Amino acid sequence: MFPFIVRRSISAVLVMFSISVLTFLIFFATPGVDPAARIAGRSATPQILAQVRHEFGLDRPLPVRYGLMMEHLFFKQDLTSYVNIGYKVVPQIMAAAPVTLSLVFGAAVIWLLVGVAGGVVAAANRGKFIDPLIMFLGIAAISVPAYWLGEVVNLITQSKFHSSLFAWVPPAGYVSPFSNPGEWALHLLFPWLTLAALYAGIYARVLRAELVNALNEDYVRTARAKGLSERRILLRHALRCSLISIVSLFGLDIGALIGGAALLTEVVFNLKGVGYLTYLSLQNLDLPVIMGCVMYGAFFVVLANMVVDILYAFLDPRVRLA
Amino acid sequence: MAGLAVLLFVVTICLLAPVYAGHIAHVNPFASNLQGTTTVNGKVVSVLQANTQGLGFGVTPIGPTWNISHYFLGADNQGRDVFARLLYGGRTSLFIGTVSALICVLVASVLGVVAGYFGGVIDWILSRIFDILWAFPIYLLAISLSVVLLTSGLNVGPVHVGPGSMALPIIIIAAVFVPYVARPLRGIVLSLREREFIQAAIGSGASDVRILLKEILPNVAPSIIVFFPLMVAFDMLTESALSFLSIGVQPPAASWGTIINDGLGLLYTRPWVALAPGIMIVITAGSLNILGDGARDAFDPKAKLRGSI
Repeated sequence: MFPFIVRRSISAVLVMFSISVLTFLIFFATPGVDPAARIAGRSATPQILAQVRHEFGLDRPLPVRYGLMMEHLFFKQDLTSYVNIGYKVVPQIMAAAPVTLSLVFGAAVIWLLVGVAGGVVAAANRGKFIDPLIMFLGIAAISVPAYWLGEVVNLITQSKFHSSLFAWVPPAGYVSPFSNPGEWALHLLFPWLTLAALYAGIYARVLRAELVNALNEDYVRTARAKGLSERRILLRHALRCSLISIVSLFGLDIGALIGGAALLTEVVFNLKGVGYLTYLSLQNLDLPVIMGCVMYGAFFVVLANMVVDILYAFLDPRVRLA
Repeated sequence: MAGLAVLLFVVTICLLAPVYAGHIAHVNPFASNLQGTTTVNGKVVSVLQANTQGLGFGVTPIGPTWNISHYFLGADNQGRDVFARLLYGGRTSLFIGTVSALICVLVASVLGVVAGYFGGVIDWILSRIFDILWAFPIYLLAISLSVVLLTSGLNVGPVHVGPGSMALPIIIIAAVFVPYVARPLRGIVLSLREREFIQAAIGSGASDVRILLKEILPNVAPSIIVFFPLMVAFDMLTESALSFLSIGVQPPAASWGTIINDGLGLLYTRPWVALAPGIMIVITAGSLNILGDGARDAFDPKAKLRGSI
């Protein structure tokens, strides 16, 4: 197990390095563009342009520039926005991270419960009315654009029925759980449900397919031959094996969401998390902030990938040798 | 079959957009129409009405008339007919979704098959590239590329794509999804390569080209066919998200995503501007997903595409 973890960690560091190079190239080596003008923002004076050129070493070769950028971003952590002068990128991301974490983990609990329950119920009732019904709901959930669903939820809870059925829904925004845990949950309830809908749909569909496959396996026939009940076979035998693929899917999704894939949900519900920060910096073309956010996001994805692979090797020893 | 029928219906009405705009509604869905008037219940009303609520600043566009011959779904804040824009937007969304899925599946098939069949250095390099792209959150990659390319255009060697061109979202969306299709295909080819009939073909002296075209391709084709409708759905959803963030399709062109973005400011007064394109996206993506499921059951029960956003 230990050599596997070491090998996996080294490859994670390499992927992380490649991603940082790729991000750097996207923003600083697109042919035909002056990166200084980009970093400095739209209305920069010649003095600021010169300052930017010097600070990022734009008159020096690409590898040096890359090194300087990484130094500012990770080691000195003093990369500064040139659109909102004086805002440092790294502290801004750190301040936004708790909002994103609250949103993603709350939604994850909901989608795991709903998705796993949906998949198990559908697989247990194959061929009956409820199976195609759940699968249809699953398709609907993965076909809805998340940001649009959020707008519809806002329309219903904040406008159309706000004076009657949904009078208890607070205005969109975020309240820290340390100042008021109840308000925190209340403010996040609809964002959680909106974000969870898509993933609950995916997980129910994937789990049903895995369960149906597992129920055709030899070990299930053995279990039946031993006279175990269908319920026990489904929950204790088939589900255990099928959950392995759910675990790997879950790790990737959590990583991507913390990394900023929840951007649209955050924007729609006015939650000032990392995704919202990315969105704002996009609107202003604030490249240092975008760069910081993308790197931060990629970091979580790589980390989640690594944790999943190690967990996978723990659950399924055959993987360790691969 | 229901999926296919719904999809064909959506495609048909979107293709008929110019007929609707020109001969039924008599509107130009792309030019702003601030002074326009229309007739409702025999009375002439202006398309943009002065705001009567609050302080009375600004204007509110006309709401849905539910009359197919004029402003069926009302107007947007520039006085343009929302229903006509919805049909034109559908053309754009379907076009981008289909073309980028075609490019993506084509490129991914070539790369996946080449990596899986030839192995060695080629496979190693391609697999590492897929790994890196795979580790990038897909929306962040698409957003980063869009921000950079939309302001400056794409200028690589002989290829010149101007900023704001509709080709940019197509290229970007196609590119970010390549690893999602190429990786599973590589796996399929890798296991095919060990099978007896391929070994027999190699043993009987067939050339690589012949084996690829006559032996490998017919066996991966079902998976490619299964991936295609699912990719169109993914690509359409991605395009709508990029356009919603105003880094996808650029005005004056419209897609369902840009219309939802237009409707954002009118959400509480004229909700249909944002509701209608969303409903169209759900119907279209849903029918594509049902079609994809059907194709999988028919052609290739084992095909798996990573369940992504």
